[in-house]
Amino acid sequence: MNGVRRLSRRTFLRQTGYAGGGLVFAIAAAPVFSPAWAAGEGANKSFSPSVYVNVREDGVVEIVCHRSEMGQGIRTSLPQIIADELDADWDRIELRQALGDAKYGDQNTDGSTSIRQQFDLLRGAGASAREMLVAAAAAQWKVPADECVTRNHAVHHEASGRSLGYGDLVPYTADIAVPENPVFKSKSAYRYIGKSLDTIDGFAMSTGTANYGIDASLPDMLYASIERCPTHGGTVKRVDAEAARAVRGVVDVIELPGPTSPPLFNPLGGVAVLATNTWSAQQGRAALKIEWDLGSNAAYDSEKFREDLLATVQKDGKIVRERGNVAAARDAAARTHAADYYAPHLAQAPMEPPAALARVGEDGCDVWSCTQNPQATQSTVAAVLGLEPAAVRAHVTLLGGGFGRKSKPDFGAEAAWLAQKTGKPVKVTWTREDDLRHGYFHSVSAQRLEATLDADGHVTSWLQRTAFPSIGSTFDTSVTGPSPSELSLGFTDIPYAVENLRLESSDAPAHVRIGWLRSVCNVYHAFAISSFADELAALTGTDALVFLRRMIGPPRQVRPSDDGAEYGNYGQSLEMHPIDTGRIVAVLDKVADMAGWGRRLPAGRGLGIAVHRSFLATVGTVAEVSRDPAGKLRVHELWTAIDAGQVINPDRVTAQMEGAGIFGMSLALHGEITAKHGAIEQGNFDTYPLVRMSDAPAAINVHIMDVDAPPGGVGEPGVPPVAPAIANAWFAATGQRLREMPFRKAGIV
Amino acid sequence: MAVELTINGQRQSLDVDPQMPLLWAIRDIAGLTGTKFGCGKALCGACTVHVDGEPVRACSYPVSAAAGRKITTIEGLSADGSHPVQVAWRELNVPQCGYCQSGQIMSAAALLARNPKPSDGDIDTAMSGNLCRCGTYTRIRQAIHRAAGGDA
Repeated sequence: MNGVRRLSRRTFLRQTGYAGGGLVFAIAAAPVFSPAWAAGEGANKSFSPSVYVNVREDGVVEIVCHRSEMGQGIRTSLPQIIADELDADWDRIELRQALGDAKYGDQNTDGSTSIRQQFDLLRGAGASAREMLVAAAAAQWKVPADECVTRNHAVHHEASGRSLGYGDLVPYTADIAVPENPVFKSKSAYRYIGKSLDTIDGFAMSTGTANYGIDASLPDMLYASIERCPTHGGTVKRVDAEAARAVRGVVDVIELPGPTSPPLFNPLGGVAVLATNTWSAQQGRAALKIEWDLGSNAAYDSEKFREDLLATVQKDGKIVRERGNVAAARDAAARTHAADYYAPHLAQAPMEPPAALARVGEDGCDVWSCTQNPQATQSTVAAVLGLEPAAVRAHVTLLGGGFGRKSKPDFGAEAAWLAQKTGKPVKVTWTREDDLRHGYFHSVSAQRLEATLDADGHVTSWLQRTAFPSIGSTFDTSVTGPSPSELSLGFTDIPYAVENLRLESSDAPAHVRIGWLRSVCNVYHAFAISSFADELAALTGTDALVFLRRMIGPPRQVRPSDDGAEYGNYGQSLEMHPIDTGRIVAVLDKVADMAGWGRRLPAGRGLGIAVHRSFLATVGTVAEVSRDPAGKLRVHELWTAIDAGQVINPDRVTAQMEGAGIFGMSLALHGEITAKHGAIEQGNFDTYPLVRMSDAPAAINVHIMDVDAPPGGVGEPGVPPVAPAIANAWFAATGQRLREMPFRKAGIV
Repeated sequence: MAVELTINGQRQSLDVDPQMPLLWAIRDIAGLTGTKFGCGKALCGACTVHVDGEPVRACSYPVSAAAGRKITTIEGLSADGSHPVQVAWRELNVPQCGYCQSGQIMSAAALLARNPKPSDGDIDTAMSGNLCRCGTYTRIRQAIHRAAGGDA
């Protein structure tokens, strides 16, 4: 059996990530594979070899998607894996969306984890089901199981010419044991894995029949719109709801409890207006007169904070990783160079704002929401209602984008609390203003970089200091600065081969709720690292591609712990997912080749390049930009190469890279959330602009590296190199260096 | 006061505040949820529907202004998802999360109805009111060319 891997249970658990951990990548307990006879719908009996698979007597194989679909295509790629290992016919599978339930293992669709942490789990679900169906057929035919094969939804005994379809085997599966070590297919036998199957939800999404959180409905439900305190941590002092109650359609006005300290995933409090339709609720809300106690964050001014943060990074911080002696290198340097980088708060701004519907009855609570994290929805709702988690059924709709915002289930808890209070089903729909003003914001950050060079222009030392409010502050008020798991996101793991290296972090307090945004801290770390490297290339008159190859150095595996660093590697082992500089350079070379790196361009036009490893994948990006006659930046084309190891659906990976290009452009060119007197100043897409069709490049060219390696992440790694590639291209075109995001602050957008 | 509307060929009488945006009348009162809410200020295009064949942002269009006129939502663009724009969208696997795509498709269908062979520039002009946070713009351009019978 060439190429077939047998997994011991221990290896299985390790490789599916259950042995990992950490704040950002906390992993739930392993799911249980337990066979069960279940009475299916109607008279149909069925066979459930695991919580992920249910074979019906009518031959339909139901596959359970326990992860949330938010555009990454998991509802297509997840069944591809199970169906492939099961040798199921793609046209005879049905997809079921799982409730939030610990029996499925980790369901938090965040950190680009679905495939990279669960590939073996999903293969195991398919392979164990397949082996059990084989065992059932073999027992029925009284032949050895190893004489049987599976093909296209049936078990075959070639010697006798007999075959039984999967549905036909259901009655014979009662006493079949779960295999200890299901055998996986060899790569060459894949039928669906690695193929660009059409997206399962394509028809629904093109006909308006796809259901999102905002679309959930129940008879007699009330529609709620909630006015929240403009400042983080503020509370309601007094409410005058008379005018609100007079608005046509308004049924009730209710003050919510909250916020809590720390914020956790809890509702922010405020005042809810409930009505017979969304518009009336919004109109009623606009008529509320509320006096707020703005609390201690009313002094937060993000412009002042920016100055403080930039001052902080001028001073020594805590050493995160160190090798050699940076101070000695400075003394011996022929030349030094230093720069400060800054990036602001961002909002995820999914096109569907947070929305949830809940009902509460004798039997507990049902909540339907666009959640990335259904088990957190379940536990948060249970806590808010005073119920046992088992009494809360967290239903997962499609998500109209997530980008990290919908990992936090506060909106589901708001709907549930209001449903309990009113005794009626309640749907809460956030407005765009709510989304941009009351979210869990991507952290603001400042960085200081200092390098020394010898007389030949070689970099002899690299010092980098980062300061940003931590996501940990959302969960623990005593957290005052970056955690090792956040620093592991594109900072601790810098792959440069420079002899003297010192990485430091500095504390920064949080004055808004801080949360994840697609690729998280990699956004600002990659921006600073890849831009500063480009600065050094320019300073020494070296081609950026040549310079980057030299900085990354010879093929080797980088181990940050060798330099005293605490490094998380995204919750997976360095043995399985090494920081392999050979693979990083291969990506760099590929994307340079795709873009025709080094070609001559007219004046005012330039190419920029960046490469960054995150979420166990490496992405290289080249941007071609120009300065138009009005002095504005135009991105003409992007090229992207990704090494994510084994990919499941190349078209969805390509789509993620295309989307990351646009998402990365939005944050590079436009994205900025600011606060004055503690209140967020932006409110809608006029003040928080996103890239539009007219700004989109003519093409985003994507190449997926053919690498025989375990799967890495895909949803996030495309984002980090985009901003520095554009900034470097702008420098090539104009000679102007961009060290602060968004670039519109330089007056060029 | 009731407002008389024709939505996807069906005459409806909706008992709503005449100032209610058409979006909420369609979604909450008529129960057609294919048309999406994204901004409430005609900044994102997720709510795009056709009124007498013209694309409008339903979130900023009072229901009273649509009285007596023909409204087409994504559900009414074709009976079975067979409008060339919908077919092209599926052939190129345009949607990612899909949320903005009802509005994108309605804007694209309106564009092709008045300009059967749009250039990239025509597409950019017609489609720039429709935001897509997933970033499907390059595929949308290709899909519109394909629906127009082009090569993309």
